[in-house]
Amino acid sequence: MSEPLRHSDGPLLRVERLSLALPEGADRLYAVDNVSYDLSASEILCIVGESGSGKSMTANAIMGLLPTGVHASNGRALFDGQDLLTMNEISHRALRGRRIGMIFQEPMTALNPLMRVGEQIAEVFEAHGLLTARARKEKALALLEEVRLPNPQAALRAYPFELSGGQRQRVMIAMALALEPELLIADEPTTALDVTTQAQILHLVKDLQQRHGMAVMFITHDFGVVAEIADRVCVMREGKIVEMGSAREVLDNPQHDYTRALIEAIPGDAVPPSRSETQEKPLLSVKGLDKVYRSSGGWFQPKREVVALDAIDFTLDKGETLGVVGESGSGKSTLGRCIVGLNTPDNGEIRLNGIDLRALAGRELREHRRRIQMVFQDPYASLNPRIRVGMAIAQGPIANGVTKAEAMQQARDLLATVGLDASAAERYPHEFSGGQRQRIGIARALALNPELIVADEAVSALDVSIQAQVLKLLDDLKQELDLSLLFITHDLRVAAQICDRLIVMQKGKIVEHGSARQIFLSPQHPYTCELLAAIPGRAPHAAPAEVAAGAV
Amino acid sequence: MSFFKRFAQNRGALVGLVILGLVVLLAICAPFLYPDSPWRMVQRPFLAPGEVAGFPLGTDTMGRDVAAGLAHGAWVSLLIGLISTVVALAIGVPLGALAGYFGGRIDDALMRFTEFFQTIPNFALAIVLVAIMEPTTFSIVLAIAIVSWPPVARLVRGEFLSIKHREYVEAARLVGQTHRDIIIKQILPNTMSPVIVLASLMVATAILLESSLSFLGLGDPDTMSWGYMIGAARTVMRQAWWLSVIPGVAILLTVLALNLVGEGLDDALNPQLARAR
Amino acid sequence: MPYVSLILSRIGKAVIVLLAILVFNFFLIHAAPGDPAAVMAGEAGATDQQFLEDLRERFGLDQSLPVQLWRYMSGVVQLDFGYSYRRQMPVLDLILARLPATLLLTGAAFVISLTFGIIAGTLAAMRAKRPSGSIIMGLSLLFYATPLYWVAMMAVLVFSVMLDWLPAYGYSTVGAGYTGLTHVGDVAMHLILPALTLGLFFMAVYTRMTRTSMLSISQQDFVKTARAKGLAPGVIQRRHILRNALLPIITLAGLQAGQMVGGAVLTETVFAWPGIGRLMYESLMQRDYNLLLGIFFFCALLVILFNMFTDVIYRLADPRIKQSAA
Repeated sequence: MSEPLRHSDGPLLRVERLSLALPEGADRLYAVDNVSYDLSASEILCIVGESGSGKSMTANAIMGLLPTGVHASNGRALFDGQDLLTMNEISHRALRGRRIGMIFQEPMTALNPLMRVGEQIAEVFEAHGLLTARARKEKALALLEEVRLPNPQAALRAYPFELSGGQRQRVMIAMALALEPELLIADEPTTALDVTTQAQILHLVKDLQQRHGMAVMFITHDFGVVAEIADRVCVMREGKIVEMGSAREVLDNPQHDYTRALIEAIPGDAVPPSRSETQEKPLLSVKGLDKVYRSSGGWFQPKREVVALDAIDFTLDKGETLGVVGESGSGKSTLGRCIVGLNTPDNGEIRLNGIDLRALAGRELREHRRRIQMVFQDPYASLNPRIRVGMAIAQGPIANGVTKAEAMQQARDLLATVGLDASAAERYPHEFSGGQRQRIGIARALALNPELIVADEAVSALDVSIQAQVLKLLDDLKQELDLSLLFITHDLRVAAQICDRLIVMQKGKIVEHGSARQIFLSPQHPYTCELLAAIPGRAPHAAPAEVAAGAV
Repeated sequence: MSFFKRFAQNRGALVGLVILGLVVLLAICAPFLYPDSPWRMVQRPFLAPGEVAGFPLGTDTMGRDVAAGLAHGAWVSLLIGLISTVVALAIGVPLGALAGYFGGRIDDALMRFTEFFQTIPNFALAIVLVAIMEPTTFSIVLAIAIVSWPPVARLVRGEFLSIKHREYVEAARLVGQTHRDIIIKQILPNTMSPVIVLASLMVATAILLESSLSFLGLGDPDTMSWGYMIGAARTVMRQAWWLSVIPGVAILLTVLALNLVGEGLDDALNPQLARAR
Repeated sequence: MPYVSLILSRIGKAVIVLLAILVFNFFLIHAAPGDPAAVMAGEAGATDQQFLEDLRERFGLDQSLPVQLWRYMSGVVQLDFGYSYRRQMPVLDLILARLPATLLLTGAAFVISLTFGIIAGTLAAMRAKRPSGSIIMGLSLLFYATPLYWVAMMAVLVFSVMLDWLPAYGYSTVGAGYTGLTHVGDVAMHLILPALTLGLFFMAVYTRMTRTSMLSISQQDFVKTARAKGLAPGVIQRRHILRNALLPIITLAGLQAGQMVGGAVLTETVFAWPGIGRLMYESLMQRDYNLLLGIFFFCALLVILFNMFTDVIYRLADPRIKQSAA
């Protein structure tokens, strides 16, 4: 394939004083305000920001994929000397896919569910009128091999639903690279993936970039990713650039407060401090927990079995924070739900203060169950949108016999405890931010005076700077109210912040457990080592090990 | 933006509301404007509209005042439409809620039941029911309600199935709320929006159903309904076209208005930014 | 063969529904006010006491309910749907004679409504912001709100009475003795108005659904991916948006089957089209309940076949559905 000739010298992409105006009624005037940056060939620029920073918007503008209502009010975006914003649609379309490629965040929905993978890749060639049908198929196969998809022949004929998230992301990368574009825009491509898969994909992108000499714009919210692959960094906040420079400079010597706050909030290099061993008796003791999910087949369909929990044994001492770490499919969520009572295990015992909860029933069971409460993951789904916040907190005590007036007063006190104003009790959930809603969720969990709180990915859906605040709140509450915490997460960096001990789960089994510090400093099990190595931005290391069954 | 403001933004919905208001007004005023029974023969038959003063819409095959028939028919249509919808909701909402919430065998049973009703052609069933029960307002309302409840149950079941797994419902279970409280206080308020929209469309469908039944001669013989008027005019289309056109336009406007209002409610209750309408 | 199990389970379900309908029919006769024998005899023999006695004996109406039910069901299995006293013919024969006409009418209406509905809906979606899009949606709302029988009557009034372009009533020109191609052409001429009328309402339904479906699919991620590849908008509409948007339409078409059969009753009545819909109307007027219930059974049968058909099409179109009993 002939290389498209460059028309001008200088940086491949130059964004000059770009402002993108939002439609009326939005919470600010500009999605992106007076933003300028350059990108040259063979360079990886990371654009970092939290939600609402506008980091994806410039990329959308460059590709001509702005959502309805958003338009460029000022500035230019020069690609090889030509302004993308004023170009006519036909010329722009000729660039898309050919000289500028893009990959998106959500691999599960980014492919047409009704078309085979091979066809979708061949489409890229078709869009630009290149090659014969047979040659396209061959090229598609070659691309799938290049992105290291296991069994490329089969993948070619597969439908998207037959592939995993990581595999679909590789297909996306193959599509974006098909015509060897000079510029690749990656919009949070690893955010929705497991940490080990993320490491593989990051490595793949870096590798391909070096081989093809592409310029890469990598958009992310994770400073760990920056440390892993960036040459240069651009930090954005609320539509403006607050800091820009080489990756080394910005990471070692951040100038702006916001940058510093982001880097320090959840450091990739964190190692948990050594904590004194508590000599208390175990509060929670779990033995031999099993759970298997069986999908009943139809008349002619084989039954399917998924082992969610396999002979789980562990104890949780009073006043301790025990972290449960694992990727998707590890069973950590199922474990949390079984302990709280939302799921029923097939076998095993769960003892709270020595009493086996599974042997109880009816009122006794309820009595004991209320001592274990849960904080959920999604701040936008964990509160009933039609019920006022104070009432949402008070509903628990009311259901357990407390009078309404007393419960409401208690709710107001709890809101103050979690750092919100008591007047919040009269407002509806949609009036609060994600971090605030999570605080309300914590207040609700505290309303019944539990002894143990299970936090199921309680901070995973929050921005990094907010995560640190909520974690601190949990830690403080633990000390104040003499709570114990079972903290479920997929992110080891977060676990390092507050966990005393850790258990590592893989495919329903506990593969390692010990004090948090010990696990970070001298991990024993290969999977634990893999998890630690996959943390983006941790000390430089070799290519991440491909998981035994092939790339996921 | 409040609900009313959002509703008012949809011009179609406003037009619908106005038309609906006029129809309701007509129905309410019928006993005053036309105190006599519309079955009374008051003039020469086949008078064209406006031919004789005091009969702006003419008279029909038996010399009855078309305008009187129209006014009383409005009352009949709205009444039957409204009541049958309410009955269908009373059957469908609880069944759908229980099936969606408890799942398992209750859900299976309900699904079989609604599949059965789905397979039977609605209108044919209504015909059979009314024919065998003898046409009265009661049997018509019952028949319409019986053919109309499955979509309600399906909708409510679907909503309950999806909301049941939301985290705030799980939280309610954890703090010990009873099933009854969870269904009524947690889930039901969140399902009201689509049900309200569906209800407005169901009233429209009920009016169409009732008029179709009357057209075929299955209406309550004591009530003058728009459908009946059209049915009676079928054989005399050549001589008196207005007898079939006028009541038809009335039905058309009423059903149209209800659909517009329904769409307006949908927009107002489910605001979504940048939604193409 | 992956579809064998699917078809078997579908047939199984269908049989259950049909049996349920039979039971339902049976109880309806007995639930009607008055004497079941009088109901069955209809107008014909309602006043003749001896006749009613004969009926009772012949149909074992003096026996217990379960026994009667059994006799009824076994009769149906042997394809004996009862006897129409009014017309002095077995119900089954009457129905089978008229069935083809209804199949022709509903088939034509189905094809017309689906084809033009999808085209109109696609156009409306592509021109969503422009006046032409609004006009299409406005018209479809109008057709959706209009009573079917009224449209039929207006069509007769305008196209037949006033303009005399098309024949108003019947299946073919009576007494003309056409054969072969001319006969086909003649039937086609008679078919136009009824098929268009019946199809109009459903055209509106499919237009609205297609438009909504396409607009919502165009917001999905994979459409953004398609744009990022540099594909032309026409290709995106066709290959990515429309293909995915059609899935819910197929499901809807299946659900609408019942409505369409019901609509056929009204259409056939107005146009005097000799199908089972009109037969239903006639049996109503003549209070011939045996016939009425037999037709009802066949209507349900039609809907079931229809649903099976659309179900298979859906499974062919969507590779995500596993090919097994569900």
